[in-house]
Amino acid sequence: MADKMSLIVFSGTMDKLMPVGILASGGVAMGMDVEIFATFWGLQSLAKGASEQPPRMSKDFEDMAPMMMQMMKEKNVPSWLDTLRTAKELGNVKVLACAMTADLMGMDKDSFDDIVDDIVGVGEFVDSAKDAKITLFI
Amino acid sequence: MSDDVETDVLIDARGSFCPGPLMELIRAIREGEVGETIAILSNDNGSKRDIPLWVGKAGHELIGVFDKEDHDRIVVKKLK
Repeated sequence: MADKMSLIVFSGTMDKLMPVGILASGGVAMGMDVEIFATFWGLQSLAKGASEQPPRMSKDFEDMAPMMMQMMKEKNVPSWLDTLRTAKELGNVKVLACAMTADLMGMDKDSFDDIVDDIVGVGEFVDSAKDAKITLFI
Repeated sequence: MSDDVETDVLIDARGSFCPGPLMELIRAIREGEVGETIAILSNDNGSKRDIPLWVGKAGHELIGVFDKEDHDRIVVKKLK
């Protein structure tokens, strides 16, 4: 069985979401299964249409956001979601929505981007994540 | 083998950032035939280290990493 990388994605700002796409790609490249548990703001970033909204930047780096956005645009850096999509096309990446957040926000499977595979409870995720070699809370 | 050798596939990933070039190579290897050679052009420094590492791990052959001043030309042979 392949090694597993588990990412708990809580944050919904670009500075935290970019690494999600990049780390998932790294996991796939190194032959790992990648499991992403999206919760709270992280899950909100996977709502249908969320990727068409202007990306949010963490308050701490607010003043640097325009410069960062400009640089990324000039250099054609793909969005975090496109990076994640590529990783998913090339490897075993599962994107799981947190059932509690989905309930809280009144969302179901149809509310999310197609990249979301399933809605699961925290118990099921933890049960699966206990076998992971790498677990990160982002 | 000289660094300008013709390959079966050429991927121009210049301007693409880590992990872009590596992911493009993985896709090309997956879609290619065994024995095919692939050259990837990249000016991303992360990929310069990541691609040889991946090639070794995935069991393909790294023919070479050639410095072309403003980019690298990395040549790989699909072995399986």
